[in-house]
Amino acid sequence: MYQNYFVVDAHTHFWDGSPANQINRYGEGFIKCFYDYHANLSPDEYKWTLEEFERYSEERMIRDLFENGYDDVAILQSTYLTDWYVNGFNTTEQNGRMAERHPGRFIVNGRWDPRDGEAGLEKLERLHERWQLRGVKLYTAEWKGDSKGWKLSDPWAYRYLEKCQDLGIHNIHVHKGPTVYPMNRDAFDVADVDDAATAFPRLNFIVEHVGLPRLEDFCWIATQEPNVYGGLAVAMPFIHSRPRYFAQIIGELLYWLDENRILFGSDYAIWQPKWLIEKFVEFQIPEDMQGEYGTLTPTIKKKILGLNAARLYDIKVPGELDVPDEPVDTGHAVGSGPVSAGSSGSAGSSGSAGSAGSSGTAR
Amino acid sequence: MIPVPAGGPSAAAAAAWAALGRVRDPELDQPITDLGFVASLRIEPGLTRVELQLPTYFCAPNFAWLMVADARDALASAGDGRVEVVLLDHFAADEINAGVAAAGGFGSRFDTDGGDPVLAGLRETFDRKAHVAAQERLARALAAQVGERLPDVTLAEAARLAPDATDAVVRRRARLGLSSEFAICDERGAPVTADRLPGWLRFARTVRVSVDGNAALCRGLLETRYGPTRTDPARTDPTRTDPARTDPARTGSAR
Repeated sequence: MYQNYFVVDAHTHFWDGSPANQINRYGEGFIKCFYDYHANLSPDEYKWTLEEFERYSEERMIRDLFENGYDDVAILQSTYLTDWYVNGFNTTEQNGRMAERHPGRFIVNGRWDPRDGEAGLEKLERLHERWQLRGVKLYTAEWKGDSKGWKLSDPWAYRYLEKCQDLGIHNIHVHKGPTVYPMNRDAFDVADVDDAATAFPRLNFIVEHVGLPRLEDFCWIATQEPNVYGGLAVAMPFIHSRPRYFAQIIGELLYWLDENRILFGSDYAIWQPKWLIEKFVEFQIPEDMQGEYGTLTPTIKKKILGLNAARLYDIKVPGELDVPDEPVDTGHAVGSGPVSAGSSGSAGSSGSAGSAGSSGTAR
Repeated sequence: MIPVPAGGPSAAAAAAWAALGRVRDPELDQPITDLGFVASLRIEPGLTRVELQLPTYFCAPNFAWLMVADARDALASAGDGRVEVVLLDHFAADEINAGVAAAGGFGSRFDTDGGDPVLAGLRETFDRKAHVAAQERLARALAAQVGERLPDVTLAEAARLAPDATDAVVRRRARLGLSSEFAICDERGAPVTADRLPGWLRFARTVRVSVDGNAALCRGLLETRYGPTRTDPARTDPTRTDPARTDPARTGSAR
């Protein structure tokens, strides 16, 4: 909690990227790539050394998230990457064991990989039995042997999504990352989220990093699919180094989605919740941009920082920190994007700019 | 622009640098020379050698391929002699370097992208995004002067009112083979009517925000990775002819 803001940190990691755990140069490259994001976008006083960053202690994480960092609940996103890391980067079991030592603090999300076939479906059931999953984190760009990625629209992915629906695992976090092979595939393509969200309307799809670097493709999908959410991990830290750009991102998201479908996430340990939350609560859209983007009200900030995620994960919010229910249509963006962008009447192509956007996802 | 020194190897280097300045990051829509992606340029008798560096180890390999291939093509057409373009510090560097050196295409490893419809499609997608973003910048530049008339403003009038922004639109249309007499046109070159315009521009703004934001992030990450000079001192060879590194014009184009 920070002031009267209830905080759910929807994206955290307890990883081991240390050289001892690295299998190959890809594992080394991956953690160094994360480190550059950390070093580039963190305030100086929050920068770690590479060694600290590669592997940190449980005590440090608890302190950074809950004692110094205002998180009320943190969601641990499991990322296996077992082709690159001996024991995985952070598996459900590792996360779960830590979570059990700190009751009430963490929610552990599992993961699955459609390339594991039937055996993986059974494994998911066992994982769910053990950890009572409410969500999973999917990494479509993960390598597995000769395969360098998969799509949510693959037939086997649909089998797993059906299984999630049956088991009551409703929150599907999707990371779109830059490691897809073969090289002529577009790694950031979010079109498969569109397909899956349409096919599984009872599941919530949380697109991590709000689709960056393809914010416009993400917005275009999210405005049409009411069960698509945006996770702010990676977008948040711009609040420090590029506040005007951050204002644009938030402004765009609020226009195309609405205030109920945006989730705060620190992406710890890439960034620390303490400074992100302090700066966000204090943040306002710069005056000269308010004509375009409006302003951020305390209610909007409360929803983004915790209440939206609390709703998705059935987390009990202390009454005084909640906001009263209002008749906001969660199903349609306040900006009514497709209507205005498609005001030419061609609902399908939704105007030329819309086509430019959707063509980006049509490959 | 780089002033071309008179004669000698530095003239060749300046010509090579100018050729590299015509190579763009397809997604960021900016020259690789402005983005700091050219780590070194070396001119030897009969050989032009360029090293490229990218903001992260895992930068999308398809775009990396396009830039390496485009750099090689640009240098080959700018002068005589052999051309070597080497991508550094990238997870797929070996494959990309070998493929492009063999004049290879992406899927087939041959033909830069003419033979690969997927890659050509990718390039076109981002050319279209770049055009939309450029149109939004132009609309913004014209807004105060033309107001409600925006849908009817011709390219000629726009060129008088906002020459730079118009020029940017014209260049992007040329890449796409689009022609229109209007300052604002859709992806097929048709005018955007007044009733469609607000929604069209609203989406165009999101595209522009995305492109601009990515460019800023990439610059920041590159600087974090390689430092403000954008070159790794360990790789610097003091014996090489490298006007790019000392050319004040280049420094001027840096962040």
